Amino acid sequence: MDINVFRGLMTIVLLLAFLGIVYWAYSSKQKKPFDEAANLPFADDDENEKNHNQDESSSLEKNKHE
Amino acid sequence: MSTAIEHPTYNYKVVKQFAIMTVVWGIVGMLVGVWIAAQLAWPALNFDLPWTSFGRLRPLHTNAVIFAFGGSALFATSYYVVQRTCQTRLLSDGLAAFTFWGWQLVIVLAAVTLPLGLTQGKEYAELIWPIDVLITLVWVAYAIIFLGTIYKRKTSHIYVANWFFAAFILTVAVLHLGNSMALPTSFLHSYSIYAGATDAMMQWWYGHNAVGFFLTAGFLGMMYYFVPKQAERPVYSYRLSIVHFWALICVYMWAGPHHLHYTALPDWAQSLGMIMSLILLAPSWGGMINGMMTLSGAWHKLRTDPVLRFLVVSLSFYGMSTFEGPMMSIKTVNALSHYTDWTIGHVHAGALGWVAMISIGSIYHLIPKLFERKEMHSVGLINVHFWLSTVGTVLYIASMWVNGIMQGLMWRAVNADGTLMYTFIESVEASHPGYIVRWLGGALWLLGMLLMAYNVFMTVKSTASEKAAAQTA
Repeated sequence: MDINVFRGLMTIVLLLAFLGIVYWAYSSKQKKPFDEAANLPFADDDENEKNHNQDESSSLEKNKHE
Repeated sequence: MSTAIEHPTYNYKVVKQFAIMTVVWGIVGMLVGVWIAAQLAWPALNFDLPWTSFGRLRPLHTNAVIFAFGGSALFATSYYVVQRTCQTRLLSDGLAAFTFWGWQLVIVLAAVTLPLGLTQGKEYAELIWPIDVLITLVWVAYAIIFLGTIYKRKTSHIYVANWFFAAFILTVAVLHLGNSMALPTSFLHSYSIYAGATDAMMQWWYGHNAVGFFLTAGFLGMMYYFVPKQAERPVYSYRLSIVHFWALICVYMWAGPHHLHYTALPDWAQSLGMIMSLILLAPSWGGMINGMMTLSGAWHKLRTDPVLRFLVVSLSFYGMSTFEGPMMSIKTVNALSHYTDWTIGHVHAGALGWVAMISIGSIYHLIPKLFERKEMHSVGLINVHFWLSTVGTVLYIASMWVNGIMQGLMWRAVNADGTLMYTFIESVEASHPGYIVRWLGGALWLLGMLLMAYNVFMTVKSTASEKAAAQTA
């Protein structure tokens, strides 16, 4: 195979791979796991933090109900 | 002190060490920056000594702010974020301590060798080969700790911030090994294995990806943890974060040739670099929009929270400089901007406005958490720091825009008979007011960092004295 045909094919393969990632990321199946993942920064509320930031944890509770 | 308040689950010791050193190296790096800015305005400040000449202090400044200040901030935040979002302790405390002391040794060696004139002569990769070897050892240990901690995580998902940190760590390893390949002739000297245009292309493949991965991907990792934390709401779109992650890391790799427009680099490579740089606008703004929109419904918090202000304004500067960058990579624009102060202004819009401000915001969030305080010693001082930084950045970039465009226009101006209208020294003289304004902007930044150091010191001290009181009681 000519090297330039190979290069052209690689471009197409990479484009398809990117479109695949977009399709996967925006598929409705991923909605729930992504919502869980997005809340990971709030998942491990430290004991120390809870003592100090009562208002923070309460506002988090509110977020969950929204 | 550190043993008394050691966290039961997480390794906060190494995070504290790196967080404190972020402030220390920030002051050192910016002090050198202010000094060399003053040298450009008042050249006598080089004291006619080789060790304090601009050519030796400039790499000291860049290495100190990028690798000492920025690097320490990245170590601190990545170690903190990976533990908190994987809900597990770092893989190895010993190895983590090795990365801290190893990285500090690299910084000290850089501060000794660069003023002595020992250099490889590659921008942002000046350090001589024995230090390069030490960097490699520290970096491999860093990668093992970070990826090992992700591997033993207690959560099922790997949070997006960790993807950015991991991409930064792996890519910087590849860049460092690729660009620093050299044949040593003695313990202090070596020759690059590349030559000519290939050497230039390797250098700017490294150089621009140092911007893309050291100064962007890692700090986006920071953004994806600390902006949601400080705004107390999850990131705007997790989907967008995944798409812009893959787009960003795939495209950045190809943007390097825009540093070599109108040089011996083949034309097609220059055009490729330009096109890829233009495409880069999309994933960059994807990240900026995602960070900004995280605040939707919480904008009122900006009124009261100066830490959040630091984080959000850093995103504004990120958006601005990632628009400016692609624009400057267009060959016709570059013909005006290249080799002028505009480039330096662009770099500092990113380095001060984006990298330093998001780091400072993150450190202000971190310090109270690490030292078990509700908030910093003085929130008012954070606000003063914020305004000093913002005004300092604006003074810096505005003066460099004026200088840069003026220099570009003066250098290309020709008389009717085709001779140059201005001598080079005339453009230097015309730049003098801009250099003074730039120095002033840098000085405001340095002042802000000194306030931060005081604020951090008082916060840490209050924890220490409280612990001491509890122990005697």
